[in-house]
Amino acid sequence: MAVNDTLEGTHKIIESAREQQAHLNPLAPTVNDFNQELTTLNLGPTHPATHGIFQNILQMDGERIISGVPTIGYIHRAFEKIAERRPFYQITTLTDRMNYCSSPINNMGWHMTVEKLLGVEVPKRAQYIRVILMELARITDHLICNGILGVDTGAFTGFLYLMDEREKVYEIYEEVSGARLTTNMGRVGGMERDFSDIAIAKLRAWLKTFPGVMREFETMFNRNRIFMDRIVDVGAISAERALNYGFTGPNLRAAGVDYDVRVMNPYSSYQDFDFEIPVGTKGDTYDRFMVRNEEIWQSLRIIEQALENLPAGPYHADAPHFYLPPKQAVYQNMEALIYHFKIVMGEIDAPVGEVYHSVEGGNGELGFYLVSDGGRTPYRLHFRRPCFIYYQAYTEMVVGQTLSDAIVTLSSMNVIAGELDA
Amino acid sequence: MADQNESIPAQEQAAAQDPAAQQNAQLLALLHHLFGEAAFTDVEESYGLLSVTTTREQIHGIIAGLQKDQELQLNFLTTMCGVHFPDREGQELSMVYHLHSLTRNIRLRLKIFFPIADPVAPTLTDLYSCANWMEREAFDFYGIIFPGHPNLMRILNVEDMDYHPMRKEYALEDGTREDKTDLFFGR
Repeated sequence: MAVNDTLEGTHKIIESAREQQAHLNPLAPTVNDFNQELTTLNLGPTHPATHGIFQNILQMDGERIISGVPTIGYIHRAFEKIAERRPFYQITTLTDRMNYCSSPINNMGWHMTVEKLLGVEVPKRAQYIRVILMELARITDHLICNGILGVDTGAFTGFLYLMDEREKVYEIYEEVSGARLTTNMGRVGGMERDFSDIAIAKLRAWLKTFPGVMREFETMFNRNRIFMDRIVDVGAISAERALNYGFTGPNLRAAGVDYDVRVMNPYSSYQDFDFEIPVGTKGDTYDRFMVRNEEIWQSLRIIEQALENLPAGPYHADAPHFYLPPKQAVYQNMEALIYHFKIVMGEIDAPVGEVYHSVEGGNGELGFYLVSDGGRTPYRLHFRRPCFIYYQAYTEMVVGQTLSDAIVTLSSMNVIAGELDA
Repeated sequence: MADQNESIPAQEQAAAQDPAAQQNAQLLALLHHLFGEAAFTDVEESYGLLSVTTTREQIHGIIAGLQKDQELQLNFLTTMCGVHFPDREGQELSMVYHLHSLTRNIRLRLKIFFPIADPVAPTLTDLYSCANWMEREAFDFYGIIFPGHPNLMRILNVEDMDYHPMRKEYALEDGTREDKTDLFFGR
């Protein structure tokens, strides 16, 4: 769909949807007859309540949604194409910009994919550091989603409380990687730097203050009459439909399926930690909200365990062919200079092969399908973006509901435009 | 003892040691049992994941059969994507499917190859609702046609684009540049 923010474009989309409906295809988006006095409502692409650039052309009968035609791709940046001419280490910056609410998970997922291809074993300390950072990222991701859900239902306070805490997590990111949002964190083979004392101190301080704020947030929302009236039984999806739609992550678990990549295919030493997988029963907005809240507590448990048992030792693998040497060594040491040059110029051959690796991202199974032909860049890199896959179900979930329900459903699904469009 | 070892194929020997390989050997045996040995070619295990190639005539039946099969329950379509191999004559385009059994935690990769002159692959939208956009993406990027797809139009790129940008002939680097001779630049 081309430039459809014009009226003409909108009519074109409705026209094509109507044509498809004429063929009586059950999967086609449906648009009803104008003679029924329906209203066409253009929700998006830049509606403040969609929290990202995507458009839904809704057919409304009064307040009820009759049908919807979603349009995506407004911030498509052709990452899969760009990745085909970038060396492995340069692709990390592309993954940052997919789910930008939890960039470290994307970064680590990508590093682990490359490590799997290269057969690099990452030391325990680096794995634990990664786990801490990934769980911090999961918490910030869920904080955003649940905070925004509050904003969309008219409760701004909780969001502000949580943003304050997110800011502190971003300060920890800063200590570890130097960046805040698009973190570009870690390297193939481990971390680019160890946790500094300041980072540990900030993390410990945050672990002390955050639970109180989170409890306060939960007290405000979890049993709040107004909040529950707005979101219970809204935008529900059954477990069967959710699986058929390829749901993963909190949205699937809210429907009652206990699938979590961290448990089913443990990576980065997740098998060492004791945590629970919360599941919902109905798959509605309230379940999604509660599952995310509980996951925040479980993530805190993992962080505490990892920090308590943080092993000593190196923070990166001994893989000079792939891991950039320290800058100081590059100036003083011949081998380091050679490796630095070879890595930066992408002169290092990777093995030929195909790897699929997935991690539990903020929104579900974030997969990387990497085809390597032995060159400096991937031959083909496909990102399994959970948002892209489950956002298809949105129309089915909101049809028959009111417009305000559609807004909270979208909000609770946590559709991140960067990941949706890649 | 040595004689015994020689009689066992190397693959089975490896399978006896590695649980993942063992599981994959079992999975392959079940696949052969369900769909016949002729249905699968190029069986390989890449980084612990069983990967088989089949034909586009059979792929729909196989995925439908695996979805229904009670023993394997390979009923979760993790992802699918197109790949372009310009050097393979008659098999330039490929669709790669990743299936996952959430009850038994088995993953399987299925591939099909077909000529770029006839870029047609069967649609899975009747089996999996999530196939809808993934197939639109494959159409958008590679121009693969899925007959029977309810709404096969571009999804990420603009509708009036007249080429399929993920095909290898569209290099990212400016094709007129002559200062770069590196084989891998601009691919």
